[in-house]
Amino acid sequence: MWGMLVYLPIAEVSVNAFLLLGLGGAVGVLSGMFGVGGGFLMTPLLFFIGIPPAVAVATEANQIVASSFSGVLAHLRRKTVDLKMGTVLLVGGLIGAGLGILLFNFLKAQGQVDLLVRLCYVVFLGVIGSLMFVESLGAIRRARAATAGGAPPPPRRPRRSRGWVAALPFKMRFRTSGLYISVIPPLLVGVSVGVLAAIMGVGGGFIMVPAMIYLLGMPTKVVVGTSLFQIIFVTAFTTLLHATTNYTVDMMLAVLLLIGGVVGAQIGTQLGTKLKAEQLRILLALIVLAVCGKLAFDLLVEPAELYSIADPGGH
Amino acid sequence: MRAVLLALSLALLLPATDAAAQRIVADLSQERVAIDARFEGSEIVVFGAIKPEPGRTHAPVEVIVTVSGPLRPVTVRRKSRLAGIWVNTEGVAIDAAPTLYKVATSAPLSQALTAVEDLRRSITPERRIRAVDAREAGSEATDDFIDGLIRIREAQGLYAVQEGAVRLTDQALFSVDIALPANLVEGQYTANVYLTREGEVVADFTRTIDVRKVGLERWIYTLAHQRPLVYGLVSLAIAIAAGWGASALFRWVRG
Repeated sequence: MWGMLVYLPIAEVSVNAFLLLGLGGAVGVLSGMFGVGGGFLMTPLLFFIGIPPAVAVATEANQIVASSFSGVLAHLRRKTVDLKMGTVLLVGGLIGAGLGILLFNFLKAQGQVDLLVRLCYVVFLGVIGSLMFVESLGAIRRARAATAGGAPPPPRRPRRSRGWVAALPFKMRFRTSGLYISVIPPLLVGVSVGVLAAIMGVGGGFIMVPAMIYLLGMPTKVVVGTSLFQIIFVTAFTTLLHATTNYTVDMMLAVLLLIGGVVGAQIGTQLGTKLKAEQLRILLALIVLAVCGKLAFDLLVEPAELYSIADPGGH
Repeated sequence: MRAVLLALSLALLLPATDAAAQRIVADLSQERVAIDARFEGSEIVVFGAIKPEPGRTHAPVEVIVTVSGPLRPVTVRRKSRLAGIWVNTEGVAIDAAPTLYKVATSAPLSQALTAVEDLRRSITPERRIRAVDAREAGSEATDDFIDGLIRIREAQGLYAVQEGAVRLTDQALFSVDIALPANLVEGQYTANVYLTREGEVVADFTRTIDVRKVGLERWIYTLAHQRPLVYGLVSLAIAIAAGWGASALFRWVRG
């Protein structure tokens, strides 16, 4: 029973079904605990268990649609989605996803797509893991200082001095966010997130959320809902592009990861309310850095097998 | 062509006997392999009998059994260090390589088959893989790439040369178990049995094995390749239904 192998029809490999359910569950717990999409952890983990990177990226895009859907519904009910801003981000995202697929397919033909995907992961996981680690260490230190009797430092507010952003043309009013800004910055944010979605099989929330707060100056309460709104359409579009140009979306793999993922996310949400935020974030930072380290190690150390096989035309 | 070659080689080797005198009769334990979601690999038994030639004493016969998957073109790439990281730098296009290739013999290969006969019939993996274009284009290292391909597929359980794996009883009965791994590609597979004497093939036998995905696997694979847009939309619909269904279920469980 525990050794049950399942044959994945598109990846054309046999993998233990419980390993996939477990992976889906573990990443689901993390995404529930931290409120992150989890794509940036799941895709490299799929590389590690032997799923071809092209299949991992395309299938993960499909899975993100599933894990974001209930979140978007909840935010729509609470009216915490800026639909107008979301649409502008989405237009950028669709353009970016198209560009990303072109780049992905070009490099696939050159035999460099694995390298591109892995390098993107090393860079992004490295930067984000380090920032999170430093930030949460600082938060813990501040919390200690506060309990030791010192006056708590004033909470820092996101600065709203956006000199160059305010100077751009094509201004538009976004009522829900209470903004009157140029559409160029949100379009560019959307494009870069779309490119990442196509190449890395991630939703891109980890780039979009900070960009929305610090670059666009959106109020925090609409940030998560609006980014989920954009992510769900961009990843759906990416899934369709991968399915029609590369035939690399594996339905069986997606369903197994989904089942594990939705159960894990519910458990994670419960756990998250019981643990301290700073410690949680340090934990997530360490996981992100560990995955980044493993990917970097594989690129830097001479591989045991220098040769690799790619079948043209196939997957 | 093959019949002519066979007749020629037999005529050269056994001038005194009828070409049909030395015969093999063989069969497979299964001629159909169905890949379903629970497919964990399979095993095919190739077995048969050798009809003796009355009144003649000869050097002993040996049996070579091969099972080959469909031939597909592949690109083999080699990594080398570039700016500190390992990057694919060179590639060789191989015209045709079997997706699976198993060779089993009743004696050490050098004894069961001469190099010339191997060249003629493409029996060992090195000979089976065709890279005419790459060789003509003057890629000196083509053989290294072919060796790399064989090494990778051996590690995946797709290629193997098993010397001495064929059980040969009294120069008359033979059988061998050929393992098919779980990561099979579908298509027409071929099982070949070669009877050799002093390293020359004196008789052979061919049978095809039909490897197919069935049920859900078949449906998913066909849809993904023939109606990719529909497949993509179905994948999304399943994802959305699962995501929405799960959260609805958990809300209901918690009241």
